[in-house]
Amino acid sequence: MNPEHYLIVSAVLFSLGVAGVLVRRQAITILMSIELMLNAGNLAFITFSRMHGTAEGQVYVFFIITLAAAEAAVGLAIVIALFRLRETTDVDELNLLRW
Amino acid sequence: METVAFYSLTFLAVASALVVILQRKPVVSALALAFNLVCIAGFYLLLQAQFMALLQVIVYAGAIMVLILFVVMLLNLGDESTERPSRPIQRWLGGLLTAALALVFGFSVSAVVGAPLPDNAAPFGTAAALGQELFGRFFYPFEVISLLLLVAMIGAVLLAKRRL
Repeated sequence: MNPEHYLIVSAVLFSLGVAGVLVRRQAITILMSIELMLNAGNLAFITFSRMHGTAEGQVYVFFIITLAAAEAAVGLAIVIALFRLRETTDVDELNLLRW
Repeated sequence: METVAFYSLTFLAVASALVVILQRKPVVSALALAFNLVCIAGFYLLLQAQFMALLQVIVYAGAIMVLILFVVMLLNLGDESTERPSRPIQRWLGGLLTAALALVFGFSVSAVVGAPLPDNAAPFGTAAALGQELFGRFFYPFEVISLLLLVAMIGAVLLAKRRL
């Protein structure tokens, strides 16, 4: 297989993640779409790492997975706090900051 | 063999990603995302990154997805409300912009020089090779990222706690 096959899959998955963020209104589904995008980036990193035959790209993926864990913990805490405040996680109804 | 595995993994990954973004029920989305993460671990195996594939399954599909599923079930999140449908412009413009983005990305990555992937004789994706890098050149970033985990933990407790 050529590297660009993997990169195209990664690009498609990233675009699907972007579509999820744009189209969905449930806050938790938006978080899941962000995870989708992070994973597409990871796939590209691993492909480049394989292309150059070094383990550097995999170290970056390791860091991104850690970052994703932190992001999920804080994001889900925000969703819980929002739900407690407004009884909904629909982002269209969360317009407190809008004048 | 590799080709067959690649195309079936591609099909499964794209299909489950579509389920994630098209499904109204958050629980179904979360399960499809877990499946998608396992598919991506399969890609890592094809790219000879065995250790990252294992980490992907254990940390991502295991820990992070359980956390997300736990919150979905804790809040008892139902379907996205249908009595207030999303504006059609959101759906159409979102789809259109995403298709444009996918085209731009696809063309730019297919410009990568199309040499077939070289065979890596040296151990490349093993825990030993990764550990050498992680505790050698990347030692300080590694320590900083552990600090980040601590901060995220404190932040999550602070945010989710009702009253301090």
